[in-house]
Amino acid sequence: MSDTATVATSARSRGPSVRLRKRLLGNRGVLVGSVIVAALVLTALFAPWIAPMDPVAQSIWDKYEAPRGLWVDGKLNTTFVLGADELGRDVLSRIIAGARVSLLVGLVATGLSLVAGLVLGALAGYVGGWADTLIMRVMDLLLALPSILLALAIIAATGPSIVNAMVAIAIARVPLMARVVRGEILRVKQEQFVEAAIALGSRHARVLLLHVLRNAWAPVLVLATLGMGTAIVTEASLSFLGLGTQPPEISWGRMLAAGRDAIRHAPHVSLYPGIAITLVVLGFSLLGDGLRDVFDSRLGDAK
Amino acid sequence: MLIFIAKRVLGLGMILLALSVLVFLLVKTAPGDPIRIMLGETASAEQVAHLTRLYGLDRPLPEQYLLWLKQALQGDLGVSVRRQLPVADLIAERMGATIELGLASLLLSILLGVPLGVIAAVKRNTWLDAGTMVLALIGVAAPSFWVGLLLLSTIGLSVDWVPIFGRGPAFGPALLELVRGDARPLIDSLRYLLLPALALGTSMIAVITRITRSSMLEVLGADFMRTARAKGVRPTMVVVGHALRNSLMPVVTVIGVQFGALLGGAIVIENVFAWPGVGRLIVQAITQRDFPLVQGSVLMLGAVFVIANLLVDLSYGLLDPRIRHE
Repeated sequence: MSDTATVATSARSRGPSVRLRKRLLGNRGVLVGSVIVAALVLTALFAPWIAPMDPVAQSIWDKYEAPRGLWVDGKLNTTFVLGADELGRDVLSRIIAGARVSLLVGLVATGLSLVAGLVLGALAGYVGGWADTLIMRVMDLLLALPSILLALAIIAATGPSIVNAMVAIAIARVPLMARVVRGEILRVKQEQFVEAAIALGSRHARVLLLHVLRNAWAPVLVLATLGMGTAIVTEASLSFLGLGTQPPEISWGRMLAAGRDAIRHAPHVSLYPGIAITLVVLGFSLLGDGLRDVFDSRLGDAK
Repeated sequence: MLIFIAKRVLGLGMILLALSVLVFLLVKTAPGDPIRIMLGETASAEQVAHLTRLYGLDRPLPEQYLLWLKQALQGDLGVSVRRQLPVADLIAERMGATIELGLASLLLSILLGVPLGVIAAVKRNTWLDAGTMVLALIGVAAPSFWVGLLLLSTIGLSVDWVPIFGRGPAFGPALLELVRGDARPLIDSLRYLLLPALALGTSMIAVITRITRSSMLEVLGADFMRTARAKGVRPTMVVVGHALRNSLMPVVTVIGVQFGALLGGAIVIENVFAWPGVGRLIVQAITQRDFPLVQGSVLMLGAVFVIANLLVDLSYGLLDPRIRHE
């Protein structure tokens, strides 16, 4: 107890940003999570250069080739390290290429839900009254359904494609975002500095943007980070069902679906893409939970 | 308690009504003329016009909705475009399978998750605890359909008595057979349930393990635990009778929160194990652009989900009197 007190005091003298950085680096979840997420981002960015083979090149002779591993006869091996799929394509290279779709879907879906959630939540919280009631009732309805069912209903209406999947995933995520933003705004709205800003003659929109959102970013960031993992796993589920990303686009979910048909003689086809999904989801949830802990203790500090 | 129940049931009615509007509008905004899809490209203009009138598709939208709702309330969800069978019948045949899978998975999750959490808490800071927690962390992150594939390729292919596809006899009737003295249908039913229920429960097991552990740790440090030990209660009794009993409320809460995700996961898991439920039906309906079937199954799955949530809410009210008086 006294240890934390000393650390907090010594850190406080160096200002809030240093203290926050210390907390972030000291949190194991944040550390491990960011390493995994950074690995995903780098893989997605440099996919064409990292991939040891052409991810779309087919080779009938190597159909369902078993994983060869990194070392063959004492030499570094770059062919079919994790084996080949039903068309003789390199599984490792396809996983690397698939990182792009996963990251893209995560970013776009989360970005969309962020924007929509911010606007709706801010409207509901700031305007109040009937706007609040109407918006939050609709949000409650969306929350009352499992997100995958909602996504399926939307895709049924719009047709299966990666864009529709992203929109569907985003819509399912908007209510959570709107709720958090609205709650934060209701909380911050009552604080004296906002009242003071209005009393000093600030325009409402300015107050909203500057003061309220500046104070609400922490929980929103946590929710967005956690949402990345959810979006990626939902995209994989939809693609697994054949209702998400369509060929020739490479998606981990589709790779799993192809692996199901070969489960008897080539389990490696579905094993490795699944590990990739699990790792990425784990990374985002560790990072998100870690950030929440860090921000919570920061709030605790202020008390 | 009665007012509490009445309020929740009213809320449920509102949500179901809103859901029906949503489902109706979604399908209405879908591209393509449903009559054209039904008749195919070769249909003549007269045929299309005739069927459009017959199904009331030439009337204004609100009127169409009211007509659809009225029929839905009477149990008529329309006819499947591809299968030429009543949608209500198709769903009724499969809903039991989906609910059975969901409940089996829930039960399995509790049976595995609670003891794991208790053991981890009692053996705190040992390798057993650490191992359980790492597994739980992975369990939450791993997509259930991938775990399903793993189970298929390991247990499913190596253990003879575990089938990898389809469903055995329905659980309810099988239980009746057991009462009549024949255990075989029940065993068959459970054999088929094992892998899908386990796969579907992956994240639920993990979540229950984690929450049971943290809740147990909190209770184990409480004063009344020391009292119990001091007055000589047996260690097992202390853990199960005192600690576990008092740490179950957060577990029940988290089960309630997670149950929706479990039912959602069932849609995907059914497609892994060829489980003949509504989840499989809905995916087939979407792929075949069978709109009445999509409408009906989204509506019914949504209803089951909302009702399940209501039951969870009511059970809180029963368990914790404070909630009733909110």
